[in-house]
Amino acid sequence: MELDFSRQLHFFWALLPEIVLCTFGMVVLVAGVSGKYKDADKEPSGDPSFGTTADLGWLSLVGLLVAAGANGWLYGVTEVGQDSMIALDHFRLFANWIFLLAAALTILISFTYVYRQRLQAGEFFALILFATAGAMFMGGARDLIVIFLGLEVMSIAVYALTAFNRRDRKSAEAGLKYFLLGAFSTGFFLYGIALTYGATGSTNVTVIAASVSSGAATPGLLTIGIALLAVGFAFKVSAVPFHMWTPDVYEGAPAPVTAFMSAVVKAAAFVAFLRVFLVAFDGAYDTWFPILWWLAAITMVAANLMALVQTNVKRMLAYSSIAHGGYLLVALAAANESAAAGMLFYLLVYTLMNIGAFAIVIGVAHQAEERLYIDDYTGFGWSNPTLGVFLTIFLLSLAGFPGTGGFMGKIYLLQGAAESELWWLMVILVLTTVASYWYYLRVAWVMWMKNATSEGQHDLVITPFPMRLALIVCVGLVVYTGIFPGAAIEFARASVEGLGAFGGGLFGVAP
Amino acid sequence: MMTSLLESIGYTGWVLHALIWLPVLGVGLVLWGDEEAAKKVAFWWSMGVLVLSAGLWWAFDPTQGGMQMESTTPWIETWGVSYSLGIDGISLFMVLLTTLTSTLAILGSFNYIKERQRAFYALMLLLQAGVVGVFVATDLLLFYVFFELTLVPMYFIVGVWGGERRIYAAIKFFLFTALGSLLMLVGILYMAFKANELLGFPTFAYADMLQLPLTGTEQLWLFAAFAVAFSVKVPVFPLHTWLPDAHVEAPTPGSVVLAAVLLKMGTYGFLRFLLPLFPVAAQHTTVVYVMLVLAVIGIIYTSWVAAVQPDAKKLVAYTSVAHMGFVLLGIFALNVNGLQGGLIVMVSHGISTGALFLLLGMLYERRHTRKIEDFGGIGRVAPLLASVFVLTALASIGLPGTSGFVGEFLTLLGVFETHPTIAIIATLGVIFAAYYMLPMVQKIFFNALDKPENREMQDLSRREMAILAPLCALMIWIGWNPTPLLERMEPSVRMVLERIEAAKPAGTLGATAEPGSGVVIVPAPADLEAGDDLDGGDRSTDDD
Repeated sequence: MELDFSRQLHFFWALLPEIVLCTFGMVVLVAGVSGKYKDADKEPSGDPSFGTTADLGWLSLVGLLVAAGANGWLYGVTEVGQDSMIALDHFRLFANWIFLLAAALTILISFTYVYRQRLQAGEFFALILFATAGAMFMGGARDLIVIFLGLEVMSIAVYALTAFNRRDRKSAEAGLKYFLLGAFSTGFFLYGIALTYGATGSTNVTVIAASVSSGAATPGLLTIGIALLAVGFAFKVSAVPFHMWTPDVYEGAPAPVTAFMSAVVKAAAFVAFLRVFLVAFDGAYDTWFPILWWLAAITMVAANLMALVQTNVKRMLAYSSIAHGGYLLVALAAANESAAAGMLFYLLVYTLMNIGAFAIVIGVAHQAEERLYIDDYTGFGWSNPTLGVFLTIFLLSLAGFPGTGGFMGKIYLLQGAAESELWWLMVILVLTTVASYWYYLRVAWVMWMKNATSEGQHDLVITPFPMRLALIVCVGLVVYTGIFPGAAIEFARASVEGLGAFGGGLFGVAP
Repeated sequence: MMTSLLESIGYTGWVLHALIWLPVLGVGLVLWGDEEAAKKVAFWWSMGVLVLSAGLWWAFDPTQGGMQMESTTPWIETWGVSYSLGIDGISLFMVLLTTLTSTLAILGSFNYIKERQRAFYALMLLLQAGVVGVFVATDLLLFYVFFELTLVPMYFIVGVWGGERRIYAAIKFFLFTALGSLLMLVGILYMAFKANELLGFPTFAYADMLQLPLTGTEQLWLFAAFAVAFSVKVPVFPLHTWLPDAHVEAPTPGSVVLAAVLLKMGTYGFLRFLLPLFPVAAQHTTVVYVMLVLAVIGIIYTSWVAAVQPDAKKLVAYTSVAHMGFVLLGIFALNVNGLQGGLIVMVSHGISTGALFLLLGMLYERRHTRKIEDFGGIGRVAPLLASVFVLTALASIGLPGTSGFVGEFLTLLGVFETHPTIAIIATLGVIFAAYYMLPMVQKIFFNALDKPENREMQDLSRREMAILAPLCALMIWIGWNPTPLLERMEPSVRMVLERIEAAKPAGTLGATAEPGSGVVIVPAPADLEAGDDLDGGDRSTDDD
């Protein structure tokens, strides 16, 4: 099928996955307030995987599945011209796979949590669907305004999700903090859009790219616009020094929401970041390269150092997530095809390993917000060997160890950096990786090398069926991409073909 | 007869794969099986792998210097990574040493490991697979994967089954090694990037890397990146501090494998990668002197430190550093005697130090102490144990007629040819070896039998004899008849030296390294050809 964006109906076809998600979100929302599902406040009992509120979760999963089908269908669709507000390239579709997968995994690991914490299931799952739709808008936008709309749709849903547990003060605090800082960063972002528009006369990525590379853009305005947009994105990907909100928000938000944030929100921000900087501002590589170089370097060093001293697992994973953002910024600074493909691949495996790790954190925390300290993991491995091995695999993958997807992802990022000859960034990346071994392995050693402090310490750790499903998917794919990454790598590489000129990657070579 | 038998089953086609993947399969068997049966399953499985690997001795063609039994399968085609294996005269003995010591270490842990047996034996088999992979991988990324993968099982073996300060030792071991190897990863990626640019296709293959025309400066940087990784593993003098901790805290089988094969990964890396891939850097005067001096300091310093250790296991751990110093010395002699001597020391150290750790483990099982002063007069109650220990100790210090002598003698001979002063200083190390080893032997096995706990000491059991007998036999056999080993090593060693020779500058070395120094990072293909030409002078057509 061919889509011609001069006909408005065709926009609906192009946005089919997003529309499906929004529709399902509304259905879940409405169903949630109907009498049948309003028993969330009653005392929880029975198997939370099926019946009552869980139905809403399964319904959301069906929505994600249908959206995935729509996403697959888009592969057979071509667009006329390359300048509409909505991109139909494979880059967007690959990003959509990541968002949909992450959302599905998040829903799977949140069944029991939602039930036990007596959260309003309808709103919770609907908000996740809306946030995912927002992320998909960001990934598919070829216009700064659409990116902004997607960003807001996603962010507002996630603000609400962060503060979702109204019985938990930390959750409320995190929600407010996230909201205030998010609004603040939105200001930067919008101002950046305005100045870019002033410099180039358009908000369309393709038009901006042409204007920037031909030199028609007003240099001063453009530079400030680029800088402000970089700040706006840096907030969203939580790059140091714009990361201040991250640890508090990640710690305070309900654990499944934290998993969702660290995967989907980060991935969406990076995907949009890549499209704006590598495509729209490709001609101004020399302007933003130093900004990103320093952002990447500082983020990697600071985040990994701060993660070393954390005792709370959620906080540790928050800093780890900032650090991974730093590795991904290296790919952006490298700005070539390998780096872009590497970023997609890395986002995929990062989603898997991070959500997997969070799933076990939720399990150890008894599907609540307790026992979140690293010391609570003493002897965990020997009392729950399967979960212990899984968590060890996730941690090794996060640390980038051979045999896991994390290693292959890191190699891909490093290869991208090598092609742009960013040797010092590579050295910083590997040295900070060594530092990260310390905090990832600390969990492993507490888990395996110390004995449980009391008998039956881990008896209450439960992993209901949906969570087990999510864990098996995560572990399976992390190991699979670690041993046979070929298919995923080729898929990622094919997805970035034709995305942009990638001219900035090599010094001295004019785009 | 043996050769034709092996041929009839197509041995050379699959043996290297089997040596890696059979232990991995064994991991599954051990984990699925019964807790009580784990040790037996692991032992017999490992024994089977050992028998299988023994065929290499006959299947290996001693007249060839290059890689044999090669096989290549594309692994990650986009990056040019392949799953390619091969074996030559350098890796042959390392593989055999690995399969032998792993099996004996598993047999040696029957009484030592009492809890969580399944996990332990599974990790031992995994470790074995990883180490064999390191020695037979002929693709740089594959090598790196195996090199790093050996860390994880060892980390858990030390950390879970180790002594009191096990966690500290495990994490120190892990971080030290990881720090080095990650820098090597950057080096590997740099080479792959260069290969893609200069050869025109993405590749990580060792054979392709040998064709890579690198400038002198590039070689020095890469040499540094690789050398740090391997020096931590060896360990070379200032980077050795993880080793005593890891050895002392590791359970006996862990120490055995650590000493016998894990350290060899470092010196193997020097022989396999540093010398052939960066021949200009490897014979750079400064580099050679730095390595030789570090080796000598390692030998002398650790010998002294060993002499004052009250803990027998720590003493032996320090002697490891000294022995590996000899290997390094031999390698940087850059001649046939030196390299072959180094290889023999590697084998001999694997056998004798492995045996020493096993013996100390046996003493520990009997007395639950490692302090030298807690023993005394053991020879009277356990004569067999004492005799084996004395033989092993003598092999370790290099008494003529044992394997240690052959290795150290050849090494020193090789070094004497090129750097007589250093050879003379290093010879002191042989004397110090007697100075640290013999008093320990005396205090443990001779002296007065004055501690009542020692009077009841059991002599070697049959299982223990079965562990030690092959090791003792090898010590003596290599000591008297090293020729079969030497003739298998020689062609490969010569090939390494040919590369060194081919890269030898016509004039002084500094002058040839100079032109490259301006172009550490070559920006565009146009400039590259200029760099290529500059460097082409000091490189003959190589050995393709």
